[in-house]
Amino acid sequence: MHDFYLSMTGWLPEFLQTTIWIMLKIVLIMAPLMVCVAYFTFAERKLIGYMQTRIGPNRVGPKGWLQPIADALKLLMKEIIIPTKSNKYLFLIAPILSLAPALAAWAVMPFTSDLVLANIDASLLYVLALTSMGVYGVIVAGWASNSKYAFLGAMRSAAQIVAYEIAMGFALVGVLMAAGSLNLREIVLHQSGGLWEWYWLPLFPLFIVYFISGVAETNRAPFDVAEGESEIVAGFHVEYSGMAFAVFFLAEYANMILIAALTVLMFLGGWLPPIEAAPFTWLPGVFWFFAKTCVVAFFFLWFRATFPRYRYDQIMRLGWKVLIPVTLVWIVIIGLGKFYTPFGSFFS
Amino acid sequence: MTFLQIAFYVFSAILVVSAGMVVTIRNPVKSALFLVLAFFSASCVWITLQAEFLAIVLVLVYVGAVMVLFLFVVMMLDIDLAKLRAGFTRYLPIGSVIAILLVGEIALVMLGSFNGAEYANPASHAADYSNSKALGLQIYTDYVYAFEIAALILLVAIIAAIALTMRRRPNTKYNNPTEQVKVNRDDRLRIVKMKPETPADTPADTVIRGKES
Repeated sequence: MHDFYLSMTGWLPEFLQTTIWIMLKIVLIMAPLMVCVAYFTFAERKLIGYMQTRIGPNRVGPKGWLQPIADALKLLMKEIIIPTKSNKYLFLIAPILSLAPALAAWAVMPFTSDLVLANIDASLLYVLALTSMGVYGVIVAGWASNSKYAFLGAMRSAAQIVAYEIAMGFALVGVLMAAGSLNLREIVLHQSGGLWEWYWLPLFPLFIVYFISGVAETNRAPFDVAEGESEIVAGFHVEYSGMAFAVFFLAEYANMILIAALTVLMFLGGWLPPIEAAPFTWLPGVFWFFAKTCVVAFFFLWFRATFPRYRYDQIMRLGWKVLIPVTLVWIVIIGLGKFYTPFGSFFS
Repeated sequence: MTFLQIAFYVFSAILVVSAGMVVTIRNPVKSALFLVLAFFSASCVWITLQAEFLAIVLVLVYVGAVMVLFLFVVMMLDIDLAKLRAGFTRYLPIGSVIAILLVGEIALVMLGSFNGAEYANPASHAADYSNSKALGLQIYTDYVYAFEIAALILLVAIIAAIALTMRRRPNTKYNNPTEQVKVNRDDRLRIVKMKPETPADTPADTVIRGKES
């Protein structure tokens, strides 16, 4: 296909040819992702509706299936209000700063062993670096709004994300120790051999820590104190309206799907089928990847419907005094278990 | 011009401009944000040099952690822009002298020994070359003592920073989580058994009087 493209566009200068080819591939990943994000919001409203014995949105289109499109149109039409005393440029840049890393991280995501946009060597680190940049959107939004509530939300979020990023990073250290690689594709290939070979089993504490930190990093319930409605109205995005608000919204849901996909890649065998035998291997790898991601993403929604919001000091205690020690201990156990005990193969 | 060259010039231009803005812009928050941009574009330039591990770690450590804490502090400052503007002319002479000295020193080094022949393009590595693996092997074999000593010094610095800033304040109210977890129902709740009170159980006149008052 690349050859066909090259022959079609041979008259272009080289850098333009490369740029357009890269852009095409980006669109190929972004378009389905955006559809997923849109319908993830719909799934959330429907599922939480059923969990609370309601029906959820059911008016727009058949059974409410056009609801996300109607929402997007509504938000596009609305006016973006910029507060007078706000910092105008930063106010408008903030939503972009929050969405861009969530999308850029998909560049290294292996959908199957062949289907990956950029198979770079340190893709795990790349993802970690980009997810750590998402916090700037929240901080800048809080500061630029020139509003007390927004600023409080931003401060809460900054402290929370810095705390949970450490737990998250340590959980990933365990994964890369077990796999012996920083490449996401290699990490998944190391887990081949069925359900019991996936890393959720040998790295069970890290799996739990990673997912909890993921929920905290995305500012989702029960860790959503950054927008805690009861105390600070809507937190960092209290001054945002229209499309600027929608971009924050998109970023939150894109981040959730990203964390779900990363959990699947690192702990649940990525595109590998649960049993490597006939009926399961007939289905394509992308299907398994998508199905597992949906299951993990479902947990985000389930958490929101189930757990009450944490108190702020409890969030900090959980991050620093529970999750980080657990990961540190388990890293030592992996290291000792892999090299000094007869169960070495269990940990890798 | 190849794609890589264009990428290099774009990233370097952003890097130079944002680094300039860090020192010239008045608002400390914006200055910190430009520093973030400078780090990020430096990391992009490093990637074009195939130093992907260093580039990603630059973003992870400086952009993702250090600058977030920096911003955290700078944002809480009460910024008085008029005051920030005030001292500019006073510091201008000494500032420009230092700047000229710096540029002169760098120029001396560059003009003397830096030329294309000596620092030729690095050979591009094979597709399966792992930058992080190569770096890790070096650090944990040849430089293991230096590396561990550096780690120890950092640990000492962390402990010292905590020891210097931590103070026990007797009036601070805080919860003891172990106590909270240990609590059982009997400590907090007393169930009172009593018969239901309906109008039939109470004398009729009291009910009526209750309604009147």
